[in-house]
Amino acid sequence: MSLKLKETAYSKRIKEGIKDDFARNAVASAQGRFRTGRLTQAAILGDWEEWRRLGEEIRSHTIENLDYYLMQLSENVSKRGGNVFFASTAEEANDYIKNIIKQKNAKKIVKSKSMVTEEIKLNEAIQETGAEVVESDLGEWILQLDGDQPSHIVTPALHKDREQMRQTFTEKRGYTGSSDPDELAQFARQQLRNDFLTADIGITGCNFAIAESGTITLVTNEGNADMVYSVPDTLITVMGMERIVPTWEEMEVLVSLLTRSAVGAKITSYVTAYTGVRSEEEIDGPEEYHLVIVDNGRSKILGTEFQAALHCIRCGACMNVCPVYRHIGGHAYNSVYPGPIGAVLTPLLDGYEDHKELPYASTLCGACTEACPVKIPLHEMLIMHRQKIVEEEKKAPLSEKLMMKGVGMWGGNPSIYNMSTKMAHTALKPFEKDGVIKKGPGPLKGWTDSRDLPAPPKESFRQWFKNRDKGGKA
Amino acid sequence: MAVHNREEFLNHVAKRLGRPLKLEGVKRPKWSVTPQIDKYKDLSKEELIDMLIKQAQEIGTNVFRTNKDGLVNVLKDAIKEYEGVKIITAKDKRNEDYGLIAFFDSEKDLQVHVWDYELGKDNMRIAEQADIGIIFSDITLAETATVTIFNNKDHGNSIVIMPKDYIAIIPTSTIVPRFTQAASQIHNRIANGEQIETCVSFITGPSNSADIEMVRVVGVHGPVRATYILVDDE
Repeated sequence: MSLKLKETAYSKRIKEGIKDDFARNAVASAQGRFRTGRLTQAAILGDWEEWRRLGEEIRSHTIENLDYYLMQLSENVSKRGGNVFFASTAEEANDYIKNIIKQKNAKKIVKSKSMVTEEIKLNEAIQETGAEVVESDLGEWILQLDGDQPSHIVTPALHKDREQMRQTFTEKRGYTGSSDPDELAQFARQQLRNDFLTADIGITGCNFAIAESGTITLVTNEGNADMVYSVPDTLITVMGMERIVPTWEEMEVLVSLLTRSAVGAKITSYVTAYTGVRSEEEIDGPEEYHLVIVDNGRSKILGTEFQAALHCIRCGACMNVCPVYRHIGGHAYNSVYPGPIGAVLTPLLDGYEDHKELPYASTLCGACTEACPVKIPLHEMLIMHRQKIVEEEKKAPLSEKLMMKGVGMWGGNPSIYNMSTKMAHTALKPFEKDGVIKKGPGPLKGWTDSRDLPAPPKESFRQWFKNRDKGGKA
Repeated sequence: MAVHNREEFLNHVAKRLGRPLKLEGVKRPKWSVTPQIDKYKDLSKEELIDMLIKQAQEIGTNVFRTNKDGLVNVLKDAIKEYEGVKIITAKDKRNEDYGLIAFFDSEKDLQVHVWDYELGKDNMRIAEQADIGIIFSDITLAETATVTIFNNKDHGNSIVIMPKDYIAIIPTSTIVPRFTQAASQIHNRIANGEQIETCVSFITGPSNSADIEMVRVVGVHGPVRATYILVDDE
């Protein structure tokens, strides 16, 4: 199943992103706040580099021993009355969940925010059963009403302004209030309360599964995940197979890193840790519980030079510092996972064919690597992707290929090359402005479409080298 | 309960990792650094309380400090401040010890429901209509001003999630430096073969969201307002 969100070409998506003034300002301001928040909280915590090192060690040990910890997790969930389904593909996961819905004859399913369910397109699958599925995270709910896609993994509706939200509420739910955020949120609360109380099944994602006790940890601010957990009698958790830690002690370290890196907070309003089914006399929580563990391409990353990409804890810090994300926005990546981690992960999960441009959506400045709380070498992975695309897959984006082909023909023939370097200064003079060429002709077009080329000097390097001994000027 | 497709799935994972399947013998390594353990470990109880109060105020939570004798009056004022009438609380041993039962009996204007599992889902319906949920913290994290609740048959998660506002009573004996100590306590219980609660909640201030133009709004799904009452019990 493809991670692609739309069929629109990359170049068009970028243009759409760049010209969306509201979204550009929103992203720039969000990046500023998230980044400052993260740095402030890291400074208050102190020893940030030690924390990052610990985070990296925990993630790397867990993924190295993933089979062991998944075994332990599934045993413990089962002991506490839960069912566990290991799904190799999105289809397997969706089919299993659809079956539960059919067996329960469920009419309404309420969900809390989950990236992996976006990835496997679970909502579409659920709709095939005829059941209604309601996203309960405020941002996700707004997007769902609008049929829109998330553009950021932490604040999914970042690209929308309050007036657009007001219009959506008015058109879809008969809202009559103002665009004041408090009033909009109160309206959403009333609307969703009813959905929680009447839902047959709840579905949550998973921030960290704890192997030693079969516990699922959810890190949220709104409290919707607690409602999804507490109310419906049947609960399903969907988790990517790598979202696991050995014990509660590692969970704590990663939650400490996650909330600081994601939103610059010491902790979120809710960290909820639930285990299996409720006991006989308990009222809250499910009487029937299913944990769905999803591979969907992740195992292809194991044992490769990209394995550390599975260390990701989904904080979004990399997109909050990325200059390219800032300018093109989340939708331009055309994947459930945008930003630098999306550019690394999407081609790994879904192949290069549909996503070959993503590793080029980076200036390789390394800000993402520096921001990552578990030290994933993101920009180095983007370079590795580019190497693979060029060397193995021969799927470099068209502009890059044409450019290299042109340069290859030109540079590969000594007489043409010599002549052209001698002629270059004169020939390119009309294209030069302030010492650089912004719109080059012929083979240079491919290059200058994406970047500037320094104007050739009057004397070529070879000429200068030859003349050097004859007293040529340096 | 049933576990599906595990063998095939885990064999594939092991194969991709380039080694035989590993189902036992894995020990957590000794991490090369452990900054979480030293953090705030040398602070005195009073310093921890100061940190807790500052952090609680920073996240928009009212904080009061009193002792067992003064609790009822502070609680009364807090309920009044929130104009609360319908109250829900857990069937907690501490209710009696802290004088809450006598207080609820004497306050004829309040409609108080004490969680009773024999009433089944009615508890949840009452919680949903309640103005205020009153809870005791089991472990309190000073760094983040977080209240920990071990939910059980006498204490549903709904008490702190569904009402409009909540009031947390925090015995100062429950205060630890940070999340680290709470996580270690729970880990140690598991290591000793104990079964942990079905739901452990770590709650910090009111419910909130920044999903609309990054503006912080409170009370999106959970409580709109929160009050912490610290009670010196040592």
